[in-house]
Amino acid sequence: MTTEIQVTSKSFVQRDPGVAIRERRLGSITGYSGTPDELVQISRTGRLQERERSFTQVGTCSSFCATLQLSLIQDAVVINHAPAGCAGDFPMFNLYNRYGQGKRKLDRRSSRLLTTNLNERDTIFGATGKVLEAIHKAYRTYHPRAIFVTASCTSGIIGEDLESTIEQAEKELGIPIASVNCEGFRSQVWATGWDAAYNAILRKIVRPAKIKRPESINIITFIGEDYFSELLQPLGLVPDLIVPFTKIEQLEKLSEAGATAQMCSTLGTYFSAGLEKEYGVPEIKAPPPYGLTGTDTWLRELAYVTGKDSIVEQFISAERSAIKPELEELKKRFTGIKAFVAAGPSHGHSSMAVLQDLGIELVGSCMFHHDAKLDHGDPAGDTLLAATTRSGRMPYSVCNKQSFELVNLLRRLRPDMVVVRHPSLAVSIAKLGIPAFFIDDEHLALGYRGLIRYGKKIFNWLRNPAIERNLSRYSSLPYTDWWLEQQPFSMLEGEL
Amino acid sequence: MTSILQHPRQLCALGGQQSVAAIERAIPILHAGPGCGFKLHTGLGSYNGYQGGGYSGGAAIVSTNTGEKEVVFGGETRLRSVIDGALKVMDGDLFVVLSGCTSELVGDDTEHVVSEYRQRGIPIVYAATGGFRGSNIIGHEIVAKAIIDQLLEPRNVIPGLMNVWSSVPYQDAFWAGNLASIRELLTGLGLKPNILFGPNSGGLEAWRRIPAAQFNLVLSSWAGVSIVRHLEERFGTPWLHCPTLPIGGIETSRFLREVQAFTQVDTAVANSFIQEQERSFHYFFERAADFFLEFRWDMPGDFVTITDSFYGIGVSRLLTNEFGLLPLHQFVTDDPPDEFRRSIQEDYAKIAPGISSDVTFTSDGEEINNILRAAASSSPIVLGSVWDRDIAQELGGCHLSLSSPITDRLVTSCSYLGYNGGLRLIEDLYSSILTLTQ
Repeated sequence: MTTEIQVTSKSFVQRDPGVAIRERRLGSITGYSGTPDELVQISRTGRLQERERSFTQVGTCSSFCATLQLSLIQDAVVINHAPAGCAGDFPMFNLYNRYGQGKRKLDRRSSRLLTTNLNERDTIFGATGKVLEAIHKAYRTYHPRAIFVTASCTSGIIGEDLESTIEQAEKELGIPIASVNCEGFRSQVWATGWDAAYNAILRKIVRPAKIKRPESINIITFIGEDYFSELLQPLGLVPDLIVPFTKIEQLEKLSEAGATAQMCSTLGTYFSAGLEKEYGVPEIKAPPPYGLTGTDTWLRELAYVTGKDSIVEQFISAERSAIKPELEELKKRFTGIKAFVAAGPSHGHSSMAVLQDLGIELVGSCMFHHDAKLDHGDPAGDTLLAATTRSGRMPYSVCNKQSFELVNLLRRLRPDMVVVRHPSLAVSIAKLGIPAFFIDDEHLALGYRGLIRYGKKIFNWLRNPAIERNLSRYSSLPYTDWWLEQQPFSMLEGEL
Repeated sequence: MTSILQHPRQLCALGGQQSVAAIERAIPILHAGPGCGFKLHTGLGSYNGYQGGGYSGGAAIVSTNTGEKEVVFGGETRLRSVIDGALKVMDGDLFVVLSGCTSELVGDDTEHVVSEYRQRGIPIVYAATGGFRGSNIIGHEIVAKAIIDQLLEPRNVIPGLMNVWSSVPYQDAFWAGNLASIRELLTGLGLKPNILFGPNSGGLEAWRRIPAAQFNLVLSSWAGVSIVRHLEERFGTPWLHCPTLPIGGIETSRFLREVQAFTQVDTAVANSFIQEQERSFHYFFERAADFFLEFRWDMPGDFVTITDSFYGIGVSRLLTNEFGLLPLHQFVTDDPPDEFRRSIQEDYAKIAPGISSDVTFTSDGEEINNILRAAASSSPIVLGSVWDRDIAQELGGCHLSLSSPITDRLVTSCSYLGYNGGLRLIEDLYSSILTLTQ
């Protein structure tokens, strides 16, 4: 892997707000059914085609993802320029915020979120005046260090010119104010919203480094517990978990770090590539540190980039020996258990590796989208490619949270358990009587010790699937017998 | 409310999807952006008492997920394809197509597309719920009127049958429990309540019975009035509007007597039911009185409600008239239409003999907090949403979430309506205070 970092002359981060959607930038798709081997191969050749569904259930949008990351910055405010319904996710972000503050021994306080509450009149006459008013209100109430204005379908369609409004307010208030182009209709890949949020941070917040802090490692992540310290401290490195629960001052200095890594390659692909290409912070391109081999590889690359090669091998072998007895015990317990994974790509691939290391057999998986490549463009960082070593010919699909498809598929595969990420899906799986293990803390399985933590938690979940048993007896799924007899992917274009 | 909101408490008209999901075996079909259905489920269902998706809500909600292609070229083809799929894939009795901002802004003729399916005899209706049209409470009314107008036919009147329009499903996290309480109360009077949402309500069949009702009841400050006016026009059904939540002994008895007088059900049956219910209520009141009279350490003396108008005045009267607390300042957060505001204000001006309260119509966090900072002299009880935890803490008061959004409580069948609902609120409120003391 390359460690020679060259700051490119041509700007990676667009100075005008906006990042191309993933469909165009990364060749991402939301519909596929086949195997990892095949998908990797087609992705490489550039012949990968999106296959739309003739019937769909609710997805998620970019605005959700963008606002989630930005609203957790502790001294910023997010203004959603949208009708009030787009603020439906505010209570969720507020819960994440208060829960996470409690975990981190911070004072609990509500998220700083506003909506411009667009109405019918605004859709006719425009409402940039409301944006300006909201910025002043946000400033008056919270005295934030930065303000982010997230766009919506409505603001996009009516053609709101956010930039000149923001420019005016920025001059007046003297703090960074960024528009975030996360209109829901622009992309079917909601991960595009992460890119939009990070684009705003790269454009408006991060500053060129005056000093370097080589021991500091940016870790792009969500809200999970800090298990990264377990892996970094022994190497003399300090994880800086970003963006949730940071402050603006901390984000300004991301350029000083020794490297950038991430818990999920599809989450931070744009951000980590941007930090490397714009600010010279090397990106750890190896798949994230989940599972034995994944953790080995990731640690070796991190050590190489940060000059810790001399101590990493000793650490790896010590950690591997430390967990061995418990891991062997867990593997015995899981003998004969078959699992299915439904999650976002990359983290889903990580979960696959973890389950296999625990001795669980994988019978299939479904990822919520697929990126044909990542922003760094290095095939060695391809998490699906890494997964093909063990699961190349396993049934593998790409499905953006379509519950009808998943239910149909799982009724056929009948795994003993499903590992599932993203809210509201678990209950559909559980109604089939299949234990549905929801990944709330995405760091739980991290590193070597994570295998043990995760294994114990799953084992206990499997010991008493009373909820699933009761649901399967007394509740029903809203799908017709006709549908359940069709092939699971028959609504994908070109199949029916 | 069209102003900028810090910490909104209602969502948009497309939130009417939740009212569809609350009708047994009804399937919501959204002609909207990819994130709309999930965001609305998140705000009204999941992160509001963890009410969940149920049968056809949550991840099961059908949606066209309109993208760039539909914005540029129009989304009617996509809508037809998704409706075709829904009719084959989804096992339901009633299908409601709801339009979101995107499809309305680009000018899709959703009404026409849906009417083609209805003409083929399919129980499917269209509700124009573009998000910018108003709150999800308006969306709830739009959905109800859509079903009424597009599916219902006149029927012979069934004596004693009374349609109930009250708690807005999911917006009020306690809706299912509250509707069950109304069913018990009306049945006790000798009426036949037609409950339209929630368990054992009957789904589409209950909705088809609407024209057969002898009466319509709106038990809500304002939500539902436009529905019963509409029903009066179409089917001539007389309606009774009870704007004050019947909670506790006094208000519940007052409500029952009002319904008795309006419907002319047997006075003897009504009186005996009311007396029995009151005896039970006062049995528990008497026993709890030791606690109220003697447990005075750090007990707050005044209260603030920051709630939908559905709860505000009823809860204020309960706490004032029956439990001796004093109102500080009250906030009505659900943007009642102008025609209802005067009477709401008058209600607050006479909560109890000689006791009144100022009231502000707003759901903006900044405004609420500023007024409370100026008004509070002691540590108040704050009955509001989870957004109000911070101000309660700042004022040294205590807090109970009663109005959306609620993320600090799990809600299943709990009801804050009727005699038992009053006792339940007092239990929950004082339990939360007692937890702080030990």
